[in-house]
Amino acid sequence: MDHTSFLERWFRRVALSIIVIFFMFPIFWIVLMSLQTNETILRSPPSMSFVPTFDNYLAILAGRLDSNVASMGINFVNNLMNSIILSVCSVAVALCLGVPAAYAFARHKFKGSEDIAFTLLSFRFAPPLLVLLPLTLYFQEIGLADTYLGLVWVYQLICLPLILWIVRGYFEDISPDIEYAYRIAGHSWFSTFRKIALPLAGPGIAAAGLLAFIFAWNNFIFALVLASADKQPVTVGALAFVTASGIQYGQIAAAIVLSIAPTLALALWAQKYLVEGLSLGAVKG
Amino acid sequence: MTDTVMTRRRQFISPRMLPYVLSLPALIVCIGILIPFVTAIYYSLQRYRMSQPWNREMNWGENYVRFLTDADFWNTLKVSLVYAGSTVVLELLLGLAIALLLKKRSRVNNFISIMLLLPLMTAPALAALMFKLMTNPNFGILSYFMQVVGFDDFRWGSSPDTALFTVILVDIWVYTPFMMILLLAGLRSLPTQPFEAAALDGVPQLEQFWRITLPMLMPYILTAALFRLLDSIQQFDIIYAMTQGGPGDTLMVFQVEAYLNFFQSTNVGRSAALLLILWAITYVLSNIFVKNWLRLRERAKGGA
Repeated sequence: MDHTSFLERWFRRVALSIIVIFFMFPIFWIVLMSLQTNETILRSPPSMSFVPTFDNYLAILAGRLDSNVASMGINFVNNLMNSIILSVCSVAVALCLGVPAAYAFARHKFKGSEDIAFTLLSFRFAPPLLVLLPLTLYFQEIGLADTYLGLVWVYQLICLPLILWIVRGYFEDISPDIEYAYRIAGHSWFSTFRKIALPLAGPGIAAAGLLAFIFAWNNFIFALVLASADKQPVTVGALAFVTASGIQYGQIAAAIVLSIAPTLALALWAQKYLVEGLSLGAVKG
Repeated sequence: MTDTVMTRRRQFISPRMLPYVLSLPALIVCIGILIPFVTAIYYSLQRYRMSQPWNREMNWGENYVRFLTDADFWNTLKVSLVYAGSTVVLELLLGLAIALLLKKRSRVNNFISIMLLLPLMTAPALAALMFKLMTNPNFGILSYFMQVVGFDDFRWGSSPDTALFTVILVDIWVYTPFMMILLLAGLRSLPTQPFEAAALDGVPQLEQFWRITLPMLMPYILTAALFRLLDSIQQFDIIYAMTQGGPGDTLMVFQVEAYLNFFQSTNVGRSAALLLILWAITYVLSNIFVKNWLRLRERAKGGA
């Protein structure tokens, strides 16, 4: 590969630069917008010279929007809290339910295990509204409508299959011999699971948990259908915010930045795990 | 742990029952989700409008039969297929190109592939809002670029001519990195001998790509494309956040149409029937996908 021509090297560089600009520009531009006042945003032609201000962020965190027309209360901080509560709880529940099940599917080929695993996976691919629409009517009857409990339960639709299938793959890749040896040394099934299997599958569990957290955070449709204003996460809250605040573009941009910052930070921090999880188990040897 | 405790535990959960006990909680949670699925089938066989509860009765499949002559339904099917087809093809081509460019492990390439993770980690609904801000006719930077290039009246999501292009652009921005990651993983896992042999024989790069890279990469390409197709035909977030299916019915894909049927025109029966047709499509696709995926996993394991 050392005889790559001058032309080819330049072609590569130009192509890669265009790609990086295309994928980074929207994030960059929204961050710039969030640091501007409405006056500088509305300038034509758009310009990158302005005095940065944190007013938009402060307004959102304080919960008050003051424009020259009117002042209105907003509760975007509440949306952020909801996103945190929903994602953290959903992933915690999914880990508690999914990891033992994944172990069972990987280690004990029992009757119907493949069918059950496939059924669980197929939830991942079914149209979510198919389940959500009847569920709105049921939830109203049994009192789960607009509760965190109901939402966390429905979020299992995304988190559980993901964790189950990724973690199962990791358990399958660990040789069971170590576990047999430990069992023969007189340890119970449970302590074998806890002391041997869990630590060995640790990276896989971390990858699956992180991915599940990001997918839960980014989910839009579940909360749109099932949650009312005070339970909505940022994805739904931001859309409502756009409709409500109308022309406060700086604040809208700041709200979007606050909403995507947690997942982007997680992605940068844990990119290795993510890439493994995202490539559907196709990279592991 | 003493022996007595162990035997007691064994009596409590026999080894044969253990796997069932372990997977039961996960199953129970999901069975709760199966109930609404059955309900949806039941609704789809009814004439059921929430605004006219007195009119509710079974009409056995009439909802489905009516689709045959329903122009709106064919529009929904067409828009969904065009959306899914074009996003998957474009993302595949772009993802493959980027993966090929980043194939060699170097510091710059690794840095770029990490950067490209960011769009994928952005919530699709929020990505749509970002593009909505950027395509605003008054101050949007993309609208401005279009003016500079000479399209004075490019109205992005608010014109029926360009709405589909706009949402496809957002979809490409969010999901191309997914294709890239999977194909890059595939490219880097290919054995090196065939390439070395080809280089020794002086086979030109382009021919190496068509004759060696592409056939060997095929399982990865298929898996990635099927996975995206499954997601893309159900797209809701981007389209709903961008235009709510409009302008007019330009972007009425399955789930948006079903959502609006349910909540705006409260036609529960039609909404459920629409979703079941979508489910049938995804069921077939997901079976093909899972088969492909398992084969790929076997390969990845066997090749190690």
